[in-house]
Amino acid sequence: MSESGSYYIPNGSKWPIIASIAVCTAMVGGSTLLNGNNFGKYVLFIGLALIVFMIVGWFNTVISESENGVYDTQVDTSFRWGMIWFIFSEVMFFAAFFGALYYVRAYSLPWLGGEGAGLATNTFLWPEYEANWPSTANGPGEIGGDFQVMGAWGLPAINTAILLTSGVTLTWAHHALKEMKRMQLIIGLGLTVALGILFMYFQGLEYGHAFNDLNLNLGSGIYGSTFFMLTGFHGFHVTIGTIMLIVILGRCIYGHFNPKNHFAFEAVAWYWHFVDVVWLGLFIFVYWI
Amino acid sequence: MSSVVNDTHHEEHPSGIMRWITTTNHKDIGTLYLWFAMIMFFIGGLMALVIRSELFQPGLQFVDPQFFNSMTTMHALVMIFGVVMPAFTGLANWMIPIMIGGPDMALPRMNNWSFWILPFAFSMLLSTLWMDGGAPAGGWTLYPPLSLQTGDAFPFLIFAIHFMGLSSIMGAINVVATILNMRAPGMTLMKMPLFVWTWLITAFLLIAVMPVLAGGVTMLLTDKFFGTSFFNAAGGGDPVMFQHIFWFFGHPEVYILILPSFGVVSAIIPTFARKPLFGYSSMVYATASIAFLSFIVWAHHMFTVGMPLAGEVFFMFATMLIAVPTGVKVFNWVTTMWKGAMTFETPMLFAIGFIIMFTIGGFSGLMLAITPADFQYHDTYFVVAHFHYVLVPGSIFAIMAACYFWLPKWTGNMYPETLGKIHFWLSTFFVNLTFFPMHFVGLAGMPRRIPDYSLQFADYNMIASIGAFGFGFAQLIFLYLIIKTIKGGKKATDQVWEGAEGLEWTLSSPPPYHSFNTPPAIK
Repeated sequence: MSESGSYYIPNGSKWPIIASIAVCTAMVGGSTLLNGNNFGKYVLFIGLALIVFMIVGWFNTVISESENGVYDTQVDTSFRWGMIWFIFSEVMFFAAFFGALYYVRAYSLPWLGGEGAGLATNTFLWPEYEANWPSTANGPGEIGGDFQVMGAWGLPAINTAILLTSGVTLTWAHHALKEMKRMQLIIGLGLTVALGILFMYFQGLEYGHAFNDLNLNLGSGIYGSTFFMLTGFHGFHVTIGTIMLIVILGRCIYGHFNPKNHFAFEAVAWYWHFVDVVWLGLFIFVYWI
Repeated sequence: MSSVVNDTHHEEHPSGIMRWITTTNHKDIGTLYLWFAMIMFFIGGLMALVIRSELFQPGLQFVDPQFFNSMTTMHALVMIFGVVMPAFTGLANWMIPIMIGGPDMALPRMNNWSFWILPFAFSMLLSTLWMDGGAPAGGWTLYPPLSLQTGDAFPFLIFAIHFMGLSSIMGAINVVATILNMRAPGMTLMKMPLFVWTWLITAFLLIAVMPVLAGGVTMLLTDKFFGTSFFNAAGGGDPVMFQHIFWFFGHPEVYILILPSFGVVSAIIPTFARKPLFGYSSMVYATASIAFLSFIVWAHHMFTVGMPLAGEVFFMFATMLIAVPTGVKVFNWVTTMWKGAMTFETPMLFAIGFIIMFTIGGFSGLMLAITPADFQYHDTYFVVAHFHYVLVPGSIFAIMAACYFWLPKWTGNMYPETLGKIHFWLSTFFVNLTFFPMHFVGLAGMPRRIPDYSLQFADYNMIASIGAFGFGFAQLIFLYLIIKTIKGGKKATDQVWEGAEGLEWTLSSPPPYHSFNTPPAIK
């Protein structure tokens, strides 16, 4: 609750309107490209460049305001609530895709195989089809042709270990920050960044293996759809998280943050742990069982 | 305010258009939201009039069926995402910081972006009207495989929905952060006005379900362009799965469209009954219960799709349960009026109209909740009648009530009361003329989203079309009245209404640019 009348209300800002123009440009470009007009890719590129420009500019403003000490504890709390609810919205975004995975595995695939209410569907449309997750999970139309399933205990297990370790190194860095041990802080954060990049590298290897050796891609029926959309969006979030970690690492090297005032660090840490937890869900439900 | 306290920060007020584009002030942004909603209201209304013109008589007369379907689809998208949601967000922006005694919204720059997404998102959406293959015509629910047959409009539609969702999520995060963090000392949660409470819960719903819609439409996009099989049975997916994902968003969404109305009505009824709201805490708990139930009733929108029996039964009973907390609310409003010293200024008229006609919509909702009966009603005009009763004399009336209620506070001028009353009575007469006959044609089997109909429905359709045009023209009075009030009129007092209570009435009319430089004392 408000203790004093000092809440920081920023002056008018040009960044939001730039953000709208940037995102809209990218979307219009992307849509045009998807509709088969190659010109769209230039528009898309301009939009994406504007988005990067906007993000850098907007965050620069916020960081310099923070460094100039205009944010009090109440502003800090607003940022915390903002980040918490943003992460909750991200959780719900992933929930849509996990929900699709559960629905397919529990209902639509067995129904196509003739279970329960699907008996007529199976008998009259696809009598040959036997539903088995994951081996026949590209459906009765065998969309995408024969494929092999990605195993859990190779790269995915290594990636699980990598992400869990990165959670530990990040927490170590956080403790170091609270105790003003700068060297430990920078090493801990640097290790976390390195592990994030290693994760993405292995994920890239895994995708290459899927495309080249397993004939597994986005078009491999519902198995490929859920597999690549879930791991793909997760990988995208790891990328974003790693970029955020790199920014924070840079700020730590510059000497930003002190034991009392380091919300940006914590926000990135929350985000990283969220990405970590999503991965555990992926490892269990997409790769393992 | 900050300029006094903090010497690193001095206020700048750009003038002209740049003030509105760059503003971080909750009142400016609230005003922008409200005007945006007003413009969209007339655009969406014109689309409704195209629909009603075509349905004035049986046969095809004005538009081709494809365009007719585009109109039903776009009318819904514009009215839901472009009118009701922005209007409520505008009210939230204007009123919540004042009602809780805070200086502004918690995250002012993000607040600006939440608004300034909307003109761009809706430009993208409306531009599809001129594209190859026409605007989206598969219904606002976007069911595949039909929606996947949309022409060039398709990716624009999907990205516009992503963009609007981004706006709604950021707006909602801002509301939650404001309510949780910006209250004046002593403003405990259970002292907050109900409008604040209903918005807190609405914001939670928004943050929970808008990302699910984003996920669902993303799957549509990848199904169309990237070869995924989410909604393709041949690939192991299921088109019905889209309906589950969509309505998991869609049902909480309809409460997002109505819960803030409950807050508005809970502010207006006590003011003009000159009695405190009956059962404040039960109102809070009822709102929370409705929000919880909204997550477990989605499949009542798809009773005829072929779900297992257990699903049909569960969703039927869960849906009926919603009548309990909703009933609590209606009874509380009525009990607040009981033995009150009532007067009937325009906001009160709209609020009472809301209670009566929203209840009619609620009852037809109960009828639709009964699975076996729904097999008859599904996709008929009975459904159209039902949701228009809860959305037009429900949400829209509540928004209008709020405008009349707070317009003197916002502008410092009283609106012309007689004209307001004329607007109310014309709106009420014509809204019933439009939508009541739809119950009858619906029960008799007239299907939705078809530009032609069987001869026996002709009379009622003609009546409904006359009503729609009457309602549309009556809204010009509203527009005129608002502009007139902004330009001048009898000066409003700070209190404005004799029975008004709450922090907003302690400020001057219009309130200063920054509401509370120092937190007010809370009784």
